[in-house]
Amino acid sequence: MKQHSTFNLQFSTTIIFLLFLAVLAVPVTALAQDAEPYAPTDDEINAIAREMFCPVCENVPLDVCGTQACAQWRALIGEKLSQGWTEEEIKQYFVDQYGARVLSEPPREGINWLVYVVPPVAFLVGAYVLLKGLRSWRQIEPESTPLVNDEISDDYVARLEDELRKSQ
Amino acid sequence: MIANLGYGALVLTLIVSFYGIGAALVGLRKNKPALVDSARNAMLLTFPLLTLSALSIIYLLATNHFEVEYVASVTSRSMPMYLKVTALWGGQSGSLVFWSWLMSAFASAVTLRKWDRDREFLPWVIVVSLITLAFFLALNLFVENPFTRLWALPSGQVIEAMLRPAGGSLYFPSDGRGLNPLLRHPGMIIHPPMLYLGFVSFVIPYAFAMAALITGRTDDRWIRLTRRWTLWAWMFLTLGLVLGGRWAYDVLGWGGYWGWDPVEIAAFMPWLTGTAFLHSVMIQEKRGMLKQWNMVLIILTYALVIFGTFLTRSGVLSSVHAFAQSAIGPLFFAFIGITFIVSISLLMQRWNALKAQNQMTSMLSREALFLLNNLLFLGILVVCFWGVIFPLISELFTGQKVTVGPPFYERANGPLMAGLLLLMAVAPLAAWGRSTYQTLGRAIWKPTVAAAVVLVAVIISGVTNIYAMIGIFLASLVIAVTIHQYWRGIMARRKRDGSNFLAAFTKLMQRDPRRYGGYLVHISMAMLAIGIVGIEMFQTETQGTLSQGESLELGRYTMVYDELAVFNTNDARNVARAVVSVYKDGKPVGELYPRRDFFYDSQQPMTIPGVRSTFADDFYVLLVDWEEISSNSATFKIYHNPLVKWMWVGSWVFIIGTLISAWPEKEKETAPKRSQHRVAAAAD
Repeated sequence: MKQHSTFNLQFSTTIIFLLFLAVLAVPVTALAQDAEPYAPTDDEINAIAREMFCPVCENVPLDVCGTQACAQWRALIGEKLSQGWTEEEIKQYFVDQYGARVLSEPPREGINWLVYVVPPVAFLVGAYVLLKGLRSWRQIEPESTPLVNDEISDDYVARLEDELRKSQ
Repeated sequence: MIANLGYGALVLTLIVSFYGIGAALVGLRKNKPALVDSARNAMLLTFPLLTLSALSIIYLLATNHFEVEYVASVTSRSMPMYLKVTALWGGQSGSLVFWSWLMSAFASAVTLRKWDRDREFLPWVIVVSLITLAFFLALNLFVENPFTRLWALPSGQVIEAMLRPAGGSLYFPSDGRGLNPLLRHPGMIIHPPMLYLGFVSFVIPYAFAMAALITGRTDDRWIRLTRRWTLWAWMFLTLGLVLGGRWAYDVLGWGGYWGWDPVEIAAFMPWLTGTAFLHSVMIQEKRGMLKQWNMVLIILTYALVIFGTFLTRSGVLSSVHAFAQSAIGPLFFAFIGITFIVSISLLMQRWNALKAQNQMTSMLSREALFLLNNLLFLGILVVCFWGVIFPLISELFTGQKVTVGPPFYERANGPLMAGLLLLMAVAPLAAWGRSTYQTLGRAIWKPTVAAAVVLVAVIISGVTNIYAMIGIFLASLVIAVTIHQYWRGIMARRKRDGSNFLAAFTKLMQRDPRRYGGYLVHISMAMLAIGIVGIEMFQTETQGTLSQGESLELGRYTMVYDELAVFNTNDARNVARAVVSVYKDGKPVGELYPRRDFFYDSQQPMTIPGVRSTFADDFYVLLVDWEEISSNSATFKIYHNPLVKWMWVGSWVFIIGTLISAWPEKEKETAPKRSQHRVAAAAD
């Protein structure tokens, strides 16, 4: 019984001691976090900046632009990253501030869809016209059209090709 | 005095141009050969007059005449003489004079050739060339005058004007603002003239095409006459693009060579239609087909040449509103519109006379494959054109500007470019008229095996990117097919006359320079493709701030920051130059000296990378920032760019190939008689 009470006493002391340590540890940990906030690397910042453009330096991606303004934007990206923002949140922040032109591609919405749709449609139309043209050309057999080729236009090549054929 | 002389020469050139146009038209209409000859002389006179005007600008630039606004805007006392001279094309108005001078030189050269033989075309060529020239001269005289001077008014205000304003006196700034530092690079000195040469020389085949349409001479004579002009134009334009890429790589400090910038695309678009045209005209020459299409292509190329100049000169790229505010933009727009409509109207008039003489007989024929090649080139053109103008459309309709950047172009153009590589491998093996799968298969299986071996080696080396594998395989296939073609030709030649390998190769080139020069161009394009695959798909980078002695690692490379010096130079630069040691797999491979130059006159910096270049890869170091006082720590950005050297070497192969292809041959023929088609056209 005595042993039991001694055990209880030791247990309680340990608990109190651990709690005391825990209470002490909380501000220490918080202080440690204040002293060493998450610092994103240049590469992490550039990975986001690479896909953005500032409105002033036209057509120069943000990660490689040498102007002071762009350096400040990169610093801002670093700041947001250190605050735990995601890449999408950071991009959206800049879009809200400066418009969609900061993105390297138009967002897929509204009239912007045209930029993505027109080239493939134009290509397919071109391919269709070409295919149709080729087919219609083939359907009309040439009356007596000889095959005009290199051989006819260049005697030398004709002889060369003949010899090549013989040698095979 | 000199400014007045140069300006007077410009005015005279414009008057002479209008006279030439009128004399040619009246002479043709009233059948007065003396007037047509006079028009030719007018064309020839434009060249010395424009030379005088260009020399006047050069004199003003070289002698620091800062009272001339153009001189003050592009030069400064500290600039070396060669940069002052080349500042002729460093600004808008000077570059327009340069454009006109080149145009005049080329058009004059055309009229100096066999005048009597091509008398049917040449008067119309003069008219078209002089109209184009007159447009650019008018821009110079009325909108972008390089001889405008600075005048101080009694009120103290300084204004720009050609003639002395009331009470005004010439204003002499103590120094100029200097050339944009980015333009102070050998690549940038040669790059604009090359592009301009390409642009201007494409006007010549266009002028002949218009002459053919106007005269009703719808056979392939105009194509035969301009084949070499077209090749030269194409070579200059390609060189201009490659030099621009090299300049970007060396000066812009972003580790790349091509950023899908609208200005780059402006020069790329006429190249696309020009390349399609180069292939398509062969079909007309060999098979008498695609006459209408060739006309469309050369009209498009001409329109895109002017459109490219318009894009870069009008300010439209920064904003549609800038376009509306500038005087030069609407003028360009009107000129493009009018010339395009007139050209298409002429084409429509001759549409029936331009019908094909032959029919397409096989989907596997060379002409069918060339048509596919045209489709792919035009597909890339649509992507580029749409990507460039879409921000303007968006701004116009929604008021919001968007950026169409590299990801869009790379995604859309990548498959089309791969298709072009495939065609480059297959089309040279297909016969004109008809081919079969069997004959094609027989011709291509050996090169395919060789390309497959390369692919296996690439996979074994650790490459897992499927797009890279496709790109490398296709580029290898092009090279293997082309080498195989050479090999077959050389072997046949040796068997025939017992000559040695080198002699057989030389004879092969001499006997059919167009074909075998063209093959070299194909090899160069495959080399460019290898470089593009390397840098686009395998480029890696990292950035870090280092103290002296610290290192930064990237892949197998380690870079150690040794020291940094900051000093002033005699030509008004403040230079920060770092010394870094580079190690590969732990072994020293050399030192690099990345630096940042700050130009006091223009208050602009320029970043010059330190580059170690091999066929395997480039190690590319940029000095991003440093501690101003102690120079103890500095920030570096390093890139690992695999295979990029293949691009630069490929461009040399390209030059050799094009020169061989365009090498003048002794003309076998005299001018053929007007064909029946022309008679038919005249009867229309």
